[in-house]
Amino acid sequence: MSPALPDTFAQKALTASLSLALRLILFDGCLSECRSAQTWGLITSTADKMVVWTDFERSTIQDIFSKMDYEVVGPAALTRCLIVYPWTQRYFGNFGNLYNAAAIMGNPMVAKHGTTILHGLDRGVKNMDDLKTTYAELSVLHSEKLHVDPDNFKLLSDCLTIVVAAQLGKAFTAEVQAAFQKFLAVVVSSLGRQYH
Amino acid sequence: MTTLSTKDKQVVKAFWAKVSGQGEEIGTDAVARMLRVYPQTKTYFSHWKDRSASSPDVQKHGRTVMAGVGDAVAKIDDLKGGLLNLSELHAFTLRVDPANFKILSHNLLVVMATMLPNDFTPEVHVSMDKFLAAVALALSEKYR
Repeated sequence: MSPALPDTFAQKALTASLSLALRLILFDGCLSECRSAQTWGLITSTADKMVVWTDFERSTIQDIFSKMDYEVVGPAALTRCLIVYPWTQRYFGNFGNLYNAAAIMGNPMVAKHGTTILHGLDRGVKNMDDLKTTYAELSVLHSEKLHVDPDNFKLLSDCLTIVVAAQLGKAFTAEVQAAFQKFLAVVVSSLGRQYH
Repeated sequence: MTTLSTKDKQVVKAFWAKVSGQGEEIGTDAVARMLRVYPQTKTYFSHWKDRSASSPDVQKHGRTVMAGVGDAVAKIDDLKGGLLNLSELHAFTLRVDPANFKILSHNLLVVMATMLPNDFTPEVHVSMDKFLAAVALALSEKYR
């Protein structure tokens, strides 16, 4: 605020309520988009604030991905996404036969792409402290070249969560789920950053 | 969203028959996960002293929710009519923001995946997801 402005009570009140209104509108807009509470902090914080990982979160993410077979989990997550949210097939017009669940699950191009996606996530696992920079290029790619609606990132990450849950069973506790979904939420946010 | 196809209803009923024996466990686990992974949902339960997975309040609520889902399976051919009372409860008394129905549905699906990984195939997943979305829609019916 300019120090030259006279600080009348009315002006103070107006400024305070305007800024609160703005924050509420932004917050509410984001809230309805937001599936994960972890992204609250990300969206409402300034762009320069770093994501803070606890030791548990770090070791959980490293552990899950180090034990994961990317060539099984990747295809499983992508096929599940294409089946459960069929509109996501719009991005794979040149992948051949996607007519039904069996075709999708047997499609080699889908399988290959699923693995590619997991290797992309692997980059994030190795750079948890700077996911913004890690995914800047991929964000531009998905926006400028592939024209993928960023909502799809959430759909795929939900399917990945379910595939990992199925693999880990009881070991996928609420704490592990929270860490895993927080990681995916930050990746999703980083992938959406370069869209304009 | 969309109406449930005959196949969806068959899949949901068949899967429900498999899991209803563990209904309490599923409901409790889903509610506990929801409170942990999506802390904003805790705002609806500020009257509970203990919001951990082992708390009797959480367990009771998990049972209540699953009873509701089971009821919805039985009334799958007319969710709007069948869930009228529950809709009024959520609209006028509980006033839960409908965005939270999506959150609970997601956690129900996660629990089903952990408990029955081989049965929770993509086909079952899509039908259950559609079903839970239809239930959420029926629950929101009386909101405005």
